Amino acid sequence: MKAYDLKLLSNRQVSARYWHMVVDASAVEDNVQPGQFFNIRCGNTYSPLLRRPFSIYRINKNTLEFLYLVKGEGTKKLTELEKGETINLFGPLGVPFSLEKEDQTILLLARGVGIATLAALAQEANEMGIKTVAILSARTRDDLLATEALHSFGAEVYKVTEEEGTSDVENVRQILHRILDTHLINRLFTCGSKRLSVLLQGIGKERGIPGQIALEEHMGCGMGVCYACVCDIQRSGAKHSVKVCQDGPVFSLEEVVLA
Amino acid sequence: MTINEPDLTVDIGGLELQNPVMPASGAFGEGMDQVIDFNLLGAVVPKSITKFPRGGNPTPRVCETYGGMINSIGIQSKGIEHYLNETLPYYRKYQVPLISSISAESVEEFVEMAETIEAVPNVAALELNISCPNLKDNGLAFGMDEDITYELVRKVRGVTNKPILTKLTPNVTNIQKIALAAENAGADALVVANTLLSMAIDIDTWKPKIGNVMGGLSGPAVKPIIVRQIYQVHEVSRLPIIGCGGVMTADDAIEMLLAGATAVQVGTANFVTPTAMIDMIDGIRKYMKAHDLKRIDDIVGKVVLTNQKKVES
Ligand SMILES: Cc1cc2nc3c(=O)[nH]c(=O)nc-3n(C[C@H](O)[C@H](O)[C@H](O)COP(=O)(O)O)c2cc1C
Repeated sequence: MKAYDLKLLSNRQVSARYWHMVVDASAVEDNVQPGQFFNIRCGNTYSPLLRRPFSIYRINKNTLEFLYLVKGEGTKKLTELEKGETINLFGPLGVPFSLEKEDQTILLLARGVGIATLAALAQEANEMGIKTVAILSARTRDDLLATEALHSFGAEVYKVTEEEGTSDVENVRQILHRILDTHLINRLFTCGSKRLSVLLQGIGKERGIPGQIALEEHMGCGMGVCYACVCDIQRSGAKHSVKVCQDGPVFSLEEVVLA
Repeated sequence: MTINEPDLTVDIGGLELQNPVMPASGAFGEGMDQVIDFNLLGAVVPKSITKFPRGGNPTPRVCETYGGMINSIGIQSKGIEHYLNETLPYYRKYQVPLISSISAESVEEFVEMAETIEAVPNVAALELNISCPNLKDNGLAFGMDEDITYELVRKVRGVTNKPILTKLTPNVTNIQKIALAAENAGADALVVANTLLSMAIDIDTWKPKIGNVMGGLSGPAVKPIIVRQIYQVHEVSRLPIIGCGGVMTADDAIEMLLAGATAVQVGTANFVTPTAMIDMIDGIRKYMKAHDLKRIDDIVGKVVLTNQKKVES
């Protein structure tokens, strides 16, 4: 991990609420992995002050891509940066997802901006010869951003939205069961929604399929020193407090306390 | 002719530091060893430790405000046992002095912890976080009361020979009185100061932005208040002052030195620029060279007040 000044190769709006950013990562010495994140300075002034954590959407040979939802001061400021400008990224940070060589098929359940986080994993799965089945959930069809990328990684994609009235938990539960009844899924992955994570955690337990979750929390430092982004995990009968930025953001779906 | 390197060393109540820059407790830790070389710092200050393990406060524990941040972590701590067995041994590989920040719920507990730490050779000094709530005084911070501050520091003085740094709270009517209470009780240095009690509300949800409702403000927004308090404390106290609150750059550090600080602590800046403290040390050195200043003491308290009439308040 390191604070890198990287050149912005592109930064453009891709839907009503989402932006896509590409940076020149040829200077990044570390090995960047799906599920990890960069803590990014959104501008050069003290407002916004703190960095914002962004998970990596696509990891390429010399570039990194981020897909971000414009939500507050930080992300608004980020949209003002233009191609050619430099941007300071601190990372890569956190524990990545882990795939096993023996995995044949994995299932992704992603909501909103969580789709970006899991898209990076689908890319890696594809490179390892692992098949991906993905359920993507968003407010509108317009927000189902990485669908094409996922298709290009050979994923089987199911889409649900509020717009179409298909994104309720009950419907997602039925889709999940249908997939699990017809595919041999080795591992479950989720990001972006508490309700869907609770659902997947239950189904994973029921069916004895291990899973991983990437959590999102307000962060201070991003490097495990400030204890701002904590959550609980249940391990060997006891609750433990863990730091999302350093011990995560990827945790075992069985262990994480989603209350 | 060789140009003499400026001398950045400072003396904090008997504690010799190679330069005046050190981290602020709670905003620094082991995770930063991959980003900066701790051996370049004036000192290291691990997060405040409590006697027993503590879970800390509900999330969200931080939020951003204009030019600053509010935190209410609640001193999440693994307790003093873990500190002695894990944290302190980890820092042994560094040559710079280690300052132990302690937090407690009563005067007795402060004394007990100070006694325990007195026996540890690799702790160079104690920092008393007297901004934490006193359970025997309706949760009011120890440092809000002159008499309690005196009693606390006096009793800790009785059990330790290590330098005592007393970290004051800025949330007081008259910081000079509290500073003098700590000095008279035997403190060796004063840290000015902890965070400013504050609050922020989300106008969409109508909820406080911090799980614990209120929290401490830090970052660039607080600096002018801290500079004022350093100046006020320096007016009445002979103790070395460590300025803390909103130091982001070497310029900020130098401003605090001019107000009367001998050293600075850096918190929030570490989150914004992980190398901030190292950049700051370089910046102070450059400034001293450019202004032909030989020692840090040539800056401390040297704010020029001619032609400015100070109204007694
Ligand atoms: C996330 C966070 C945690 C903190 N924890 C502690 C603590 O455990 N003990 C303490 O004395 N001060 C603590 N502080 C206060 C800092 O040490 C410092 O006094 C304050 O942040 C002002 O300095 P700054 O503006 O450089 O951050 C904390 C501050 C932050 C931001």
